[in-house]
Amino acid sequence: MTAVSNAPVSFERELPSGRAGLRQALSAEWTKFWSVRSTPWSLFALIVATIGLGALSTNALHGQPFAFPDPTRRILVGFNLGQFAIGVLGVMFISAEYGTGQIRSTLSAMPRRPVVVAAKAIVMGGVSLVVGEILSFVTFFMGSAILAGTQSHVSIGDSGVMRVLVESGIYLALMGLIGLGLATILRNTAGSIATFAGLVLILTLLLSAMPASIINAVSRYLPANIGATVFAVSTPGRLQGTPVFSSQVGLVILALYALVLLCGGCILMIRRDT
Amino acid sequence: MIKARGLTKRFGDVVAVNDLSFDVEPGRVTGFLGPNGSGKTTTMSMIMGLDRPTSGSVTIFDQHYRDLRWPLREVGGLLEARAIHPGRSARSHLWSLAQYNDIAKSRVDEVLEIVGLSAVSRKRVGKFSLGMGQRLGIAAALLGDPAVVLLDEPVNGLDPEGIRWMRTLCKSLAGEGRTVFISSHMMAEMALTADQLVVIGQGRLIAEMPVADFVARSSTQSFRVRVASSESFPDAVQKAGGTALVEVDGTMTISGMDAQAIGDLALSLGVAVYELTALASLEDAFMELTGGSVEFGAAR
Repeated sequence: MTAVSNAPVSFERELPSGRAGLRQALSAEWTKFWSVRSTPWSLFALIVATIGLGALSTNALHGQPFAFPDPTRRILVGFNLGQFAIGVLGVMFISAEYGTGQIRSTLSAMPRRPVVVAAKAIVMGGVSLVVGEILSFVTFFMGSAILAGTQSHVSIGDSGVMRVLVESGIYLALMGLIGLGLATILRNTAGSIATFAGLVLILTLLLSAMPASIINAVSRYLPANIGATVFAVSTPGRLQGTPVFSSQVGLVILALYALVLLCGGCILMIRRDT
Repeated sequence: MIKARGLTKRFGDVVAVNDLSFDVEPGRVTGFLGPNGSGKTTTMSMIMGLDRPTSGSVTIFDQHYRDLRWPLREVGGLLEARAIHPGRSARSHLWSLAQYNDIAKSRVDEVLEIVGLSAVSRKRVGKFSLGMGQRLGIAAALLGDPAVVLLDEPVNGLDPEGIRWMRTLCKSLAGEGRTVFISSHMMAEMALTADQLVVIGQGRLIAEMPVADFVARSSTQSFRVRVASSESFPDAVQKAGGTALVEVDGTMTISGMDAQAIGDLALSLGVAVYELTALASLEDAFMELTGGSVEFGAAR
C-alpha cells in the first residue's frame, strides 16, 4: 500500500570464498549425530549386548570340565545381537530426518545430496568403527579374565585372536553403514529396520530351506555368515559344511554392499522430491 | 531476485503448479497469495531445490538453488511449520545448520534473540508450541543473514502480537534491500504486509500486480444488489457496461458500475431497489479472483 521507493536500497554483502562442502557437512553431521537421544540409547544397547551377553555366556563356561573350542567366539557372542543396535543407529541417522521433516532443513543448508550422504557415512562409519574396536577388545579382556585358570583360557596372543578382535569392530561399522544405506533408500524407520533384520536373520532362514546347491552357492554372501567367519578364530573355508569366504574377503563384500546401498540412496535422493 | 519461468510440477496426474512465471524483486515484500492447495508450498519447495520441476525453471539471482555456494548465506527459507527433528534443542538445530555454511556460533545466539527464543534455546523442540516452532523456523531463515528470504505461511500459529512482529520484520528486511517472498492464504494480512502480489489458483498465475492496484481494483467495483423484479435487470446491466452475477436467492453481484449508475439504472427501469451494498472487502476480491480455481472449495 505504501509507495515503493524509486531508488531502493540494494543489499550488498560479501560471501566467503569457496563453497560449503564436505568439511562443513562433517562438523554439522557430527553435531546432529550427538544431539539426539537415540544415539546414546543405541550405543548403550550395543554395550549391554556385547559386554553383558559376553559376560553371561563366558561365565557359563566357568567350571566346565572340558576346554571349549574357540572361546573367543563365545566371548564375542553379543556382537551377533549388537549388530542390530548399530544397524538401528545407522537407520535412524537418516530415517529420522525424513520422519520429522528435518531433511528439508538439511538439504536447504546443503543442496548437494551426495555431500550430505558422504558426511553421514563418514560420521556413522567412524563412530561405529571406534566404538566397535573398543568394545571388541574390552569384551575380550573381560571374557579372558573370567576364563583365566579354566581349561578354556584364552589369551590375546593366541593364534587368530587379534585378527578376530580387529575385524569384529570393522564388521560392526560396516553393518552400521548398511543400516544407513538402507534407510537412505527406504527413508522410513520401521521399513528400514525390518529390512535390516531381514538381511541378517530371515535371509539365512529362507536359504536353509533351499536345495544344497543353492545354499552352497549363496550362503557365503550372507552378512550373517560373513559375521560368523569374522568371529571365529579359524574357518578353513567351510562353515557348518557350506563353503565360505575368508573373513577378509567377506568384509570386502560387506563393504561393497554398504557402498552400493549408499550410492543407490544418493542417486534416489538426487532424483526424488524431498 | 527470484525468477520463475514456465515452472510446472506434476505429481502423477495432478498438476500442482502449471506453467508459472513471475518475478520477485528485491527491496520490497512480495506476497504469494492463493487458496490452500493452490501450489504455493510446492512452488516454494522448487525455489529451494527440494522438489524438482517437471518443466520450466526457477532461479535466484540467475542461479539454481543447488548451485549456490553458501545456500543459507544467500537464501533463508521457512518451509512449512516444522522441518526440525523434535528431539534436538533449538540451539543444536541452529548450530548444525550454521556449521553447514561456516556461520559463526555467535550468530546462533543472535537469531535466537531476534525471534525471542533465547530463554528456551536448550529445550527440546518437540516441547515447543506451534508459535515457538514457527519462530524457530524464522530464526533458521535469518541465520545466514541472507539477501533473499522465503517464508511459507509465516504467520501460521503466531498470536496477534507475533503477527505484528512478523509484519514489521518483513518490512524491515525489504527496507534493507533484501528480496522478501512470503506466502499466505490470508488476503487481509498480505494487504498490510506486502507491496507486490503474485496470486495463484490451481497452480496457475492469476495476477501479478502491486497491492495498491489490487486494493483499488477490488474495493470499489463490486456491489450486492437486490431489486423488486430481477429478470430483466442483468441484461440492462450488461447493456450499461457492467456484469451481473445472479445468485440463487435472486440477489446479484454487480461489477463494472458504480453505486450511482446502478441506482440510476434501476430508476430508469422503474424497479425498486431493496439493497445496494458495496463489497469492499479484500477477501471478496481475492475470492472473486480465485473463486473458480479453488480445487477443493466448499460448494456454493
